[in-house]
Amino acid sequence: MRIAVIDDSAARAAVIEEGLREAGLTDLHIFLERHGLAAKLEACSPDVVLLNLENPSRDMLEETFALSRALARPIAMFVDQSDENAIAEAVDAGISAYVVDGLRKERIKPVLDLAVRRFQAFNRLQTELAEARSQLAERKIVDEAKLILMKKRGITEPEAYKLLRTHAMQSNRRIADIAQAIVTAENLLGGAL
Amino acid sequence: MSLDPFRIGFLPLVDAALPILAKELGLAEEQGIDLELVRDMSWATVRDRLIYGGTDAAHLVAPLAIASTLGLDRPATPMTVPFVLGLNGNAVTLAPPLAEAIGAQNGLLDSVTLGQRLAALIALRAREGAKLRFGVVHRYSSHNYMLQYWLRGSGVDVARDVEIVTIAPPFAAEALAMREIDGICVGEPWNSVAVERGVGVIINVTSHIWLRGVEKVLAMQTARAEAEGDIVHRLIRALHKAGEVFIDPARHSSNAAILARADYLDGSADLIERAIADRITLAAGQEPVHIPDFMFQHREAANFPWISQAAWLYAQMVRAGHVVKSDEGYAAAQRVFRPDIYRAAFVGTQVPLPGASAKLEGGISETTGVGTVQGRLLLGPDRFFDGRAFDPDQLDAYLAQD
Repeated sequence: MRIAVIDDSAARAAVIEEGLREAGLTDLHIFLERHGLAAKLEACSPDVVLLNLENPSRDMLEETFALSRALARPIAMFVDQSDENAIAEAVDAGISAYVVDGLRKERIKPVLDLAVRRFQAFNRLQTELAEARSQLAERKIVDEAKLILMKKRGITEPEAYKLLRTHAMQSNRRIADIAQAIVTAENLLGGAL
Repeated sequence: MSLDPFRIGFLPLVDAALPILAKELGLAEEQGIDLELVRDMSWATVRDRLIYGGTDAAHLVAPLAIASTLGLDRPATPMTVPFVLGLNGNAVTLAPPLAEAIGAQNGLLDSVTLGQRLAALIALRAREGAKLRFGVVHRYSSHNYMLQYWLRGSGVDVARDVEIVTIAPPFAAEALAMREIDGICVGEPWNSVAVERGVGVIINVTSHIWLRGVEKVLAMQTARAEAEGDIVHRLIRALHKAGEVFIDPARHSSNAAILARADYLDGSADLIERAIADRITLAAGQEPVHIPDFMFQHREAANFPWISQAAWLYAQMVRAGHVVKSDEGYAAAQRVFRPDIYRAAFVGTQVPLPGASAKLEGGISETTGVGTVQGRLLLGPDRFFDGRAFDPDQLDAYLAQD
């Protein structure tokens, strides 16, 4: 089974590719570039096309598929409505697929399931990365706020942290938010930091 | 009071303005709705989210709501259009050398003269074996049907002499610059972006092909629209209010600034304001031109879903070979537009409500008073460039003219 993976994210395409290869699907073709995509795809003549849902080339590709004179004419997986939950899950994960008309469903399903799982894993990774980034940024801001407090009030670092925490608890806000307010105020008031 | 959550999918276009303003100006909230807007980059995805439950409604090219109902490219999913989000607002942009070749580089010509010149160029290029290639934003888009209507009405053999391909709106300028296409019919601000980059000249606007022609609609799955009638009524009241704000000249700049935000069009407020204010710069370096009613979002019951407009679109889908004409298909297409829901939402308000649900499209040449069940209503001209009219009761006779 020949599978084309079209994605505007090289990282996500790599994650999908790895998963498919591990499952023994090795006839893989990856396309990241929009230019000349229709012609390249026609030359490749895949049985299955996997495409990220947010890819701006979807309308162009569907038009190409609709006009395709070749016998093997890919249609949206959504046309086979037998498993609506699976489709909703795919849309939710951010994936769309086109399958050559007539290809047996039993053969497609594992590929789609795998692609959905890989997309979900990639999404989780992205979320974790974003969280890690914002945690890092928060830690930096808390450190800055501690420094300001230590300088202004002549207290130690643990004391400064305790002050932040107590204030956060009393006002029912996050420590990072209190820290941000202190740093902003200091900047506005022309502090040295 | 708790708000009802409601999600609307949209593409980054100026005519997504009403849902965006309804949210940002608190008009949806006033109606008890917590509006969430979901931006996508292709109509295919806007449609899939709508069919598979990711969104409750969508800003959609009108023919795509009909295509979804008829089951083209997807399992048939009955759609309901209770409210039209706008009329016209698209333009035809040509690569500068071609605009010059037909003498269209210095201001808009009338669509008949311009169409004849473009038709001659298209025929010449086809004979030379170098067919002109036009982009449209979707196979089932008003852009495609308006462009084809103009070309066909100007004597072009559309199936034989010209190529029409699909290009996503944000890529219009790039595709022109890369010579992937010779021209494009797309919504704003994407023509203006091509003009600013010097890769395109606006040669025509869709309001000069069919004045007051239907463009984007609010589409919902019929099952949802029926189950949530009350929310639908409140939503379209909020959208109507947003239309009032949209056309207020004092608010053009601030509306453009809202649309320009990163979450919405993520573009230049100056370019966006051109379409809002009907002041379009046709070619790089030129002064803007005032094009009255370039886009039409509010007056004259612009948002009323005339069944005859859905019927016209179906007729164009038949002409383009996208559907095979059938009585059932024609009836199903017309059922997508729901003037009854529109009327129910505004009954007892100041909003004028037409008494009829269909009209002779292209039949008004001078502003005319029409019968209403509420309020007073004047309708301005709705002419097609070729002077043809469309009577929804005479589909066969209309198609036989081809």
